[in-house]
Amino acid sequence: MTIATPLKDASQERQKAMIAEHFHKLAVAHETGRKAVYTFVPGNLTELLLTFDLLPVLPEINALQSGMRQKSGDYVQKAEKMGHSEDVCAYVKCDIGMLHSGNIGPTGERLPSPDLLLLSYTGCFTFLKWFELLKEEYKAPVAMLHVPYQSEGRITPTMRDYVVKQLKEVIIPALERISGKKYDEEKLRHHLALSAKAEDDLVHVLETAKRRPSPIDAYFGAVYYVGPIFSSFRGTTDAVEYYQLLRAEIDERVARGEGPVTPDGAMGPERYRLVVEGPPNWTSFRELWKMFYLEGAVVVASTYTKVGGVYDDGFRHDPSRPLESLADYCLGCYTNRNLRARSDMLIKYVKDYDADGFLVHSIKSCDSFSAGQLLILNQVEKATGRPGGFFESDLVDPRYFSAANIKNRVESYLQMIEQRRAAGAVR
Amino acid sequence: METPVNAAAGDPTESLRTALVERADALYRDVDFNCIREWKLQNGGAKAVGFLPIYAPREIIHAAGMLPVGVLGGGDAVEIVKGDACFQSYICHLPRSVVELGLNGALDCLDGMIFPSTCDVIRNLSGMWQILFPNCYVKYLDMPQNYQNHIGGEFFERELSLLIDDLEKLGGERATPQRLRHSIALYNENRRLVEELYKLRIHAPWTVPSSELYLIVRAGMLLPVEEHNKLCKQYIDAVRASARRPMDMARVVLRGCFCEQPPLDLIKTLERSGCYIVDDDWMIVSRWIDGDVSTEGDPLANLVQAFLQRSPACPSLYLQKGKKGDALVEATRDARAEGVIFSAPSFCDPALLDQPMTLAAVKNAQIPCTSFLFAENTGQFQTIREQAGTFADAIKLS
Ligand code: SF4
Ligand code: SF4
Repeated sequence: MTIATPLKDASQERQKAMIAEHFHKLAVAHETGRKAVYTFVPGNLTELLLTFDLLPVLPEINALQSGMRQKSGDYVQKAEKMGHSEDVCAYVKCDIGMLHSGNIGPTGERLPSPDLLLLSYTGCFTFLKWFELLKEEYKAPVAMLHVPYQSEGRITPTMRDYVVKQLKEVIIPALERISGKKYDEEKLRHHLALSAKAEDDLVHVLETAKRRPSPIDAYFGAVYYVGPIFSSFRGTTDAVEYYQLLRAEIDERVARGEGPVTPDGAMGPERYRLVVEGPPNWTSFRELWKMFYLEGAVVVASTYTKVGGVYDDGFRHDPSRPLESLADYCLGCYTNRNLRARSDMLIKYVKDYDADGFLVHSIKSCDSFSAGQLLILNQVEKATGRPGGFFESDLVDPRYFSAANIKNRVESYLQMIEQRRAAGAVR
Repeated sequence: METPVNAAAGDPTESLRTALVERADALYRDVDFNCIREWKLQNGGAKAVGFLPIYAPREIIHAAGMLPVGVLGGGDAVEIVKGDACFQSYICHLPRSVVELGLNGALDCLDGMIFPSTCDVIRNLSGMWQILFPNCYVKYLDMPQNYQNHIGGEFFERELSLLIDDLEKLGGERATPQRLRHSIALYNENRRLVEELYKLRIHAPWTVPSSELYLIVRAGMLLPVEEHNKLCKQYIDAVRASARRPMDMARVVLRGCFCEQPPLDLIKTLERSGCYIVDDDWMIVSRWIDGDVSTEGDPLANLVQAFLQRSPACPSLYLQKGKKGDALVEATRDARAEGVIFSAPSFCDPALLDQPMTLAAVKNAQIPCTSFLFAENTGQFQTIREQAGTFADAIKLS
């Protein structure tokens, strides 16, 4: 996620080097006898892949990188010309368009075709269709992990047993076949312990946003922070070191009483503290961020930074119960939670982070996030008394990003907060 | 209803058929679900449980002494007043009209709602229901995507057992093995009758217009299964006695309407433009299991087995074996169809993400195909009529 990063702290340099190294390993994977496993961010089983010395590829990350590098528009249209509908998830079309344009990854090197498609079906129905499509494209085998939805707002023993059984009887045997290695639970425990360390530091960083001023932007800025843990690095010493570095940097900002760093340098005085629901737009990421920081609006908490795992409610990968904790991780990802749980999370954020209000960014082609968001908005408004706002665009399809319209919405929303302040409703 | 093309005036079989179709048509238009209210009154206040497409274990609801009710959206008859405020711009129409029906009180007669894991929209709709209608029993039913007995089967059996417990708590009967066997037998009969109707249409589509078949099958979404079985039998008898004659039309398979339903006028439009629809995926819950569910032994285990091994190929279920589109090619051949029409609701992820794969399979098999989008409230059919007409003409000329 750091390819286009404007933040040049040591942690960022470190992340950039980690990513470059990983994509290089992928580029030479097949020459060096390594196997590539494609999988998804929510419900990724990175520690398990590491246990088998397999290299993860995250098509969503490639798609968002293509969005940031202004390549996604062409990829999406290429897929549409091939017969993919205008109405469906643009990540899928971006990925297929990229595949048919040489499969060049974000660092400019070619991605290997998958040796296995690890379909961790967690929190989004589209994942299922996406890998069915890739199965046809690559003629690669699929290992399916069905992660049930937390419809009652909790993980039941039946759900956990089901996932663990699949891990034992479907996923691990598939990884053994692909890698030619036996499952080694001790190795898995080792990686899980490293995950937990990195998770502690990530939570610490995200929670610094409770301070005034917040030293971080927990949406636009934090997409960089969650990069390693959401993708190929959870469970590695690289990730542990990255999060130690990051934590130290943010703690220094706190000590100096500084606000977030933006692409244009330090942000001015913090005027609005917001909570945001929904993923960002990637094709105009900086432009969108600018609409906020120029107004002194900082995002203090977001749900997007929980799609790859929710850690601020205390969950940690746990080496003492390896497969169960992987199951709980998958089951607990943000979009695998029901609407009431999602609303409650937002309500808690608004209160705990003392936000002036919250905004919903609705993604045109993402039903997993978007269906029901307006009701969430209504619930959060009711429970917190803070104003909610709503705007729409897309993740990687630039045709659906209307800058003027969105700017207008954001500005009117911030004005509304001002008016409420004047009326004494919001501090 | 239109008068059948070559029905003999005053023919008693045709009048019976007209009466049956009119009854089904009245149910189709009962967007206030008055028939459910009446059923409850007549049955001492028994409970009714709604279900969204595409699947529900109707046998279990029935065995609990409740009426399973298909909630398929509001079609073109429900004006969306409040439903729009709950949804973003880009989404299929079904959730808007279902929420509208909930908020306008039409669904008050339902004591529970089952939301199967069809897609993210229906999944999230289950959460909306929990928030909007806290007094309604809400069950999100995760259909297993692992089809091994001791993995997905065990998970599903536990899910269904929970449903049995919940329905009992809701004020129903305990769905005991004995009651369940009885219900399974009734739904076996129902599926056999629906299947017979589909076979009759394949055999002589001029005797079973799709607009009629649609209404007759759809009536089963509201009627108790016992009554629907009677309706189907009577309609089948009327079809068998039919003297209607074939016309020069193209035989087509329709795919993509497994969840949001096409307006009836869309089906009529396709027929008027020269297509005999000889297979479709409307209301697939009516044809979910291929063959009977065993009534011997453990009925719950039998339901699970049937689900794991004999569910239809459908975009919402992971295809573990075989190739995408093979089932459609086979269905096209079985129905002796000459072409395939992909007709999916706008913004329907499962249908539209599936389509490139199934379309490729159909093209590989050299089967002509065409596609268009619809919404349940589409009111203009001119373009579709022209497209379907051209498609039918091309087939007839080839
Ligand atoms: S639908 Fe949403 S959650 Fe699913 S893959 Fe697309 S962007 Fe991701
Ligand atoms: S029409 Fe498609 S997207 Fe809409 S609810 Fe039905 S299956 Fe889901």
